[in-house]
Amino acid sequence: MNLDELQKMAEQEREVKEGQPQKIRVCMGTGCVASFSDRVLQALNEKCKEMGLERDVLRLEVGCLGLCSNGPLVKVDKHNTLYQHVTPEDVPTILESLKEGPGEGDICPTDLPFFTRQQKIVLENSGVINPDQIEEYIAADGYLALLTAVSQMSPTEVIAEITHSGLRGRGGAGYPTGLKWNTVAKAPSEKKYVICNGDEGDPGAFMDRSVMEDDPHRVLEGMAIAAYAVGADQGYIYVRAEYPRAIKRLKTAINRAERLGLLGKNIGGTPFSFHVEVRVGAGAFVCGEETALIASIEGHRGQPRPRPPYPAQSGLWGFPTLINNVETFANVPSIIRRGAAWFAGIGTEKSKGTKVFCLTGAVAHTGLIEVPMGITLREIVFDIGGGIPNGRKFKAVQTGGPSGGCIPEQFLDMPVDYDSLKSVGSIMGSGGMIVIDDSSCMVDVAKYFMEFCMSESCGKCIPCRVGTAQMYHLLQQITAGEATMTELALLEELCEMVRDTSLCGLGQSAPNPVISTLRFFREEYLAHIQERRCPAGVCPITATEGVLSHA
Amino acid sequence: MPDATALYQVVTLVINGVEISARSDQTIMQAAEENEIEIPGLCHLTGLKDIGACRLCVVEVKGAPRLVPSCVTRVAEGMEIFTHSERVVNYRRTILEMLYAERNHVCSVCVSNGHCDLQALALKCGLEYVHLPYMTPRLKIDASHDRFVYDPNRCVLCTRCVRVCDEIEGAHTWDVMGRGIEARVVTDLGQPWGESETCTGCGKCVHVCPTGALFEKGKSVAEMEKRRQFLPYLTVMREVKR
Repeated sequence: MNLDELQKMAEQEREVKEGQPQKIRVCMGTGCVASFSDRVLQALNEKCKEMGLERDVLRLEVGCLGLCSNGPLVKVDKHNTLYQHVTPEDVPTILESLKEGPGEGDICPTDLPFFTRQQKIVLENSGVINPDQIEEYIAADGYLALLTAVSQMSPTEVIAEITHSGLRGRGGAGYPTGLKWNTVAKAPSEKKYVICNGDEGDPGAFMDRSVMEDDPHRVLEGMAIAAYAVGADQGYIYVRAEYPRAIKRLKTAINRAERLGLLGKNIGGTPFSFHVEVRVGAGAFVCGEETALIASIEGHRGQPRPRPPYPAQSGLWGFPTLINNVETFANVPSIIRRGAAWFAGIGTEKSKGTKVFCLTGAVAHTGLIEVPMGITLREIVFDIGGGIPNGRKFKAVQTGGPSGGCIPEQFLDMPVDYDSLKSVGSIMGSGGMIVIDDSSCMVDVAKYFMEFCMSESCGKCIPCRVGTAQMYHLLQQITAGEATMTELALLEELCEMVRDTSLCGLGQSAPNPVISTLRFFREEYLAHIQERRCPAGVCPITATEGVLSHA
Repeated sequence: MPDATALYQVVTLVINGVEISARSDQTIMQAAEENEIEIPGLCHLTGLKDIGACRLCVVEVKGAPRLVPSCVTRVAEGMEIFTHSERVVNYRRTILEMLYAERNHVCSVCVSNGHCDLQALALKCGLEYVHLPYMTPRLKIDASHDRFVYDPNRCVLCTRCVRVCDEIEGAHTWDVMGRGIEARVVTDLGQPWGESETCTGCGKCVHVCPTGALFEKGKSVAEMEKRRQFLPYLTVMREVKR
């Protein structure tokens, strides 16, 4: 399929859509399916059959509609009505409203800041198209960027476009994407690889999962453009086995795209070929680290190796390899289609574009959001998130998962970008954002993340293997009220040592949650140690007088 | 005419204030060794592939954002390296402490007492006491092999045995199982050593093992001396053949 044929197909598809009957979109994102949106869909199908509406009402399975806390969500296009907390019993009411307009039912206002304050690039098709239908993606200008790139742009021009857009890696560290592409493009090798890192594993994070489930073609298109730019002909998407829906949809998407000549051999009738395979991870967090991920694809134990050499020089099977995160690739088609200047116009000086976050924890509206870089934490938590429920008080926002930190109230008006978050001891990370209220104990939060790092450490290097276990035991002692200032001093010493000496990012960043909570909530640690009291009332203080006097 | 196809250049660098020259394909550790500067290492053993895992050999390089493992980092022109700064010396001591606290290293009852790399490192690095809490795991000893014993209580997970078995002997009997603090070296897929179908019984693993984790049956306290002459010999012979 060449560019003209693609545009013709998109046009036809849009025309067909115009003429289509009433549309009801049922969210089949993981959050809604977990609250049984599949049963709602089933009821909807049965009811339509019963009422003879099968041809008049089109029932669409779409990806995440965003507001996961209010799922299952059902959207009726006609009146632009969003029904929340839908059960199979609500189906007749929804069908009824098609005739008479919205009235009954649990309706979620669509003018909530949760919806209006977002700016969607990566998620523009989420909740709109059926991820399994390539035609719908094409109708939404899908694969236009890829065919334009391969037929009208040189690889150098593609890289220049990405460089000028200012896109930075969305996996967490924020490495400039254009620079990375350029490095791989310049590496002297006949064979090169492109890898998409979909091994998202941070607790409370499901951004990449949603992108892969809701709009798999966008990721594939981004990868193919990258492959063209750097000169690769083979790609792998590494997805963790815990994401079966994403794996299934990606496999379907690859199959469909290959059939239309949008992936595989001679893409768009040009000499450029690119084959993609899905590789399923076996559930190790450390495999999100690029060298461990590469080892895992090669069939070895998922362990990192020291860098340099970086994958850009020597990656998969020793060949130059471009490895980017799901969300990074998902930004690429929009940048090529709409231009670097458009993308660079969004965000802050050093962080361009938007970022997808998973807003979870103690906020009224939890779910998947996409916001422009530079938005403040206050806007995210209090406007989009709707504030802290149950009359509780805001305490901190945790970003960056087990590699990140906790940001206290005094920084709420700070713009969210790579550099500001780093300056307060946290990181952007892949996009988990956990809001913590005053019912949580910060020492307990730090202990939770340390336990995660301890059980996810691969065990290769000593500081991470033993250090995380030692730090976890020290935190356990503190939360049990059994620790003295000696243990606290030892904890701080170990934090520094593990951060400075560990082999890979997991160990180097594992102390971050402890370091940042010690920085902003030291008084909570001291309360546990000196007063044998947990200010939030979370930790069961079990120490005896004997332990104290011994200290 | 200079040889433009040479795979390395000669570079000059500074280690601990002393200017030295080295080949660009050498690691910091090799360059230091040539100049009689000893950098401690545990997973490193000349003749086996370096993996940069034990982190004992980390050094400070001026201008580098973090410490670098000297066994896998190549020298570069103008590098300024500090191998024994107060910071890295302290870190090395803590790493050794971590090993002592992780398993059960009781020298007085160990077959390798007096011939143990871990013990020697502790002496060299001035480790006088362990201020980390001991974890004292109770790990099962594998004495199923006719001639050798594997005592995981003394293992430091340097994976020298894994590498020598894979790279030199070609049997790949040893590998690592489990993750993090639960990681163990195992024979085959966790089968008893004596039942291993891949093990050739060559004993190379026993002799590269830095501690008393792998030893010969019948050896008592302090009697297990490791003989590693075979390793440089085999390495040189194989290079000549190539």
